[in-house]
Amino acid sequence: MMPTPAAARARYAVALPRPDDFAFWRDRARLLIQCAIPPEDVSWIEPGAPGDLFAAQALPPAPPAPVREVRASRRFLQLAGNAALHSDPARFALLYRLLWRMQEHDRLLEDKADSDVRQLAELDKAVRRDSHKMHAFVRFRRIAPREAGERERYVAWFEPDHHIVRANAGFFQRRFAGMAWSILTPRGSLHWDGETLVEGPPAQRGDAPSGDAMEDLWRTYYASIFNPARLKTRAMTSEMPRKYWKNLPEASIIPDLVAGAQAREAQMIASGGPAFEGRPRSLDAIGAAIEGCRACPIGCQDGRAVRGEGPGAARLMIVGEQPGDCEERAGRPFVGPAGQLLDRHMASAGLSRERAYLTNAVKHFKHTLRGKRRIHQTPGAKEIDTCRWWLEAERDVVKPRLVLALGASAARAILGRTVSIVRARGAPIDLDDGSELWITAHPSYLLRLDGAAAREQAALFDRDLSAVRRRLGEIAA
Amino acid sequence: MSSSSIMDRLAILADAAKYDASCASSGTARRNSLGGKGIGSTEGMGICHAYAPDGRCISLLKILLTNHCIFDCHYCVNRKSSNTRRARFTPQEVADLTISFYRRNYIEGLFLSSGIVKSSNHTMEQMVECARILREEHEFRGYIHLKTIPEADAELVHRAGLFADRVSINVELPTDRGLARLAPDKDARQIEGAMNRTSTDIAAARDSRRRFRHAPRFAPAGQSTQMIVGADRASDADIVHRASGLYTQFGLRRVYYSAFSPIPDASAVLPLKRPPLVREHRLYQSDWLIRFYGFRAAEVAEATDDKGNLPLDIDPKLAWALKFRETFPLDVNRAPRELLYRVPGLGVTAVDRIVAARRHRTLRLEDVARLTVSLAKVRPFICTADWRPTRLTDRADLRSLLAPRAEQLELFAA
Repeated sequence: MMPTPAAARARYAVALPRPDDFAFWRDRARLLIQCAIPPEDVSWIEPGAPGDLFAAQALPPAPPAPVREVRASRRFLQLAGNAALHSDPARFALLYRLLWRMQEHDRLLEDKADSDVRQLAELDKAVRRDSHKMHAFVRFRRIAPREAGERERYVAWFEPDHHIVRANAGFFQRRFAGMAWSILTPRGSLHWDGETLVEGPPAQRGDAPSGDAMEDLWRTYYASIFNPARLKTRAMTSEMPRKYWKNLPEASIIPDLVAGAQAREAQMIASGGPAFEGRPRSLDAIGAAIEGCRACPIGCQDGRAVRGEGPGAARLMIVGEQPGDCEERAGRPFVGPAGQLLDRHMASAGLSRERAYLTNAVKHFKHTLRGKRRIHQTPGAKEIDTCRWWLEAERDVVKPRLVLALGASAARAILGRTVSIVRARGAPIDLDDGSELWITAHPSYLLRLDGAAAREQAALFDRDLSAVRRRLGEIAA
Repeated sequence: MSSSSIMDRLAILADAAKYDASCASSGTARRNSLGGKGIGSTEGMGICHAYAPDGRCISLLKILLTNHCIFDCHYCVNRKSSNTRRARFTPQEVADLTISFYRRNYIEGLFLSSGIVKSSNHTMEQMVECARILREEHEFRGYIHLKTIPEADAELVHRAGLFADRVSINVELPTDRGLARLAPDKDARQIEGAMNRTSTDIAAARDSRRRFRHAPRFAPAGQSTQMIVGADRASDADIVHRASGLYTQFGLRRVYYSAFSPIPDASAVLPLKRPPLVREHRLYQSDWLIRFYGFRAAEVAEATDDKGNLPLDIDPKLAWALKFRETFPLDVNRAPRELLYRVPGLGVTAVDRIVAARRHRTLRLEDVARLTVSLAKVRPFICTADWRPTRLTDRADLRSLLAPRAEQLELFAA
């Protein structure tokens, strides 16, 4: 069959049986080249991906005679075999385009400045890095034999970025030959019993054991080998990116190690250097200083600090718990769902957001990673007390007549002790600087309720805000 | 004998080992555990299984067998007169711990060092016994690095090489005078003698393996050493000369530099100030220049200042290039590889790419940008088809244009 003229060009679709099936791609690519079908007429479809399989024309069963020889350098096959494991859906098209061009220009790969060649190199590099990280960061957990005669097993959960699991089975087989192990991943699993390797379907994290007694010893080793005199967290995260942390037993203690090292440094500097300087005296200075604060583990996470917002001489200061995901991204307090709810209640109570100074008890976002999502975590008492330094600096500058604490964390940040919201709300507490503190629930608490409880709490919240507005009026009068 | 838990002792003995810079697990013979009862493999490239917040890789279980020591080296945290907590492991305990960690894929193997207890020979025997248990009883085929003790019997040091992938002996200080002053129990000639015997053993084993396929391997990943930087008055030029001498004389795989860290309970003979961390970094960079970029030690020394120290604000290659500006600009389309290696900002990989690509096209500035990491750094030193740095190489302020902005590195590095 001859290729039809350009006007009515047929498109050929090749459906791959598996996303990492390089041998299959190689067979089809050879046939396509032999039939002189150019790259723009072929679409490559991965399993599960939408494609115009039915609109397309079937591949010719055999190449036309005389059969053309298809040329590909060994280096190309090596790079392509690796790049084919990448999760980029366009990878097979790129490989075919390169193979096509290579028929005319057999030293194409040497031209490192060519954009296709560069892209191939990048795919290859990403896959090699992913494989390397798999070799490094798979962590086995032991399952003790349940009955006599059974072998102990080692099971790991790992989340690769690319389709590398099958390709790396050999590495683990060679390394852990005398051990029964399984590696479970969302892209398939591997099982080795000491003699044969079995491939299994994709697995879930819950299928792997959740702990191992050795992990405490490993964390002890990790903490002891670390030299706190030289902190280079960026060097660490460039080689051990955060996305791997959730499956690494040692990563759970990193924030504490970093905070400890910084506290130690601060102590060394404080004891050797001049007396510790006083609090910053302007809101801008405070905003700049909290950005660099590493006094607690939250500050040592990557996120940015969120400074307070509002007029510098506001009569009302509203203190929340800590910035959330939205606030941290926006760099402004109270802009997420809870902030919007607060806005609505303030408006209905007749309080102006523009005339209040809004800030948080803790300036950084404390969270854990679950997949790509950052899940809010309540700051601990120690962290709130550490961050109190900044809140007091803000109160010192703004000098509000009335402080409204939203929730228990904010109340603790001002009083220095934990109080019960239920008992403390609805009445003012006199503060040392002559201002008064009102305590109410945090709006995020309202967001978590529904039904009658939600209506009841919203009414209480409104009542507290109205009381605050009345009290502000009295103070002004 | 301490009876505290494994965990307490691990904390003490890992903490004591962290002043050893080496954590390499690469460059050894290929091995795997297929067909055996044990576990372990080495495939050329080492693997960093974790990174600590100090930015260093964790590849090996790096511990001391014991931190009891009869020596009194002033720069060492474990010296006799230091008032640090002491602990010891038995060889069996270390071997079991290594296997337990290895099975969970935490590590590539073991790096075992030790303080000297009873005698040098007794200590060396214990370390070799640990390696023997791993290799013979656990059939462990992963990586083992043993620090050998130069004062021990040659026969014992030789046994260490039969079990280990790499052996090392620390020269400790770059000058003999410094060694005599700060490590009174050590002897420079004895250290060099041991290094020399090891390098002969390595050469002999390699030679016999060429002839007999089953001849025993001896330290297939070679030997390495470590020098403490900043504890004595040796300049960077002294250190670079010493390192280059060690590479050629004993065929060392690596010389590690360890910036003298203020150790708890420091001795009064030591300087109070620690050297800037970046000095260690500059020494590693000059080490690279010698090993991979074809620089001679004397050429690196030309880049130092009148006191013999490398500039801290710029890297040694840039310092060299600024001093020898007449070498530049180089035409990337014609200059030989050896000269391209001298262009600041061009690494070995970038030079490989340039040499390969220029067979196919005349390189323009945009091509170079695609082949290198930072065009800004390279540009003043090269010509391309469409670029000549007309005035740049003559400018007096070129250094300030290329040096990274001053950062407050030292405030928290102390």
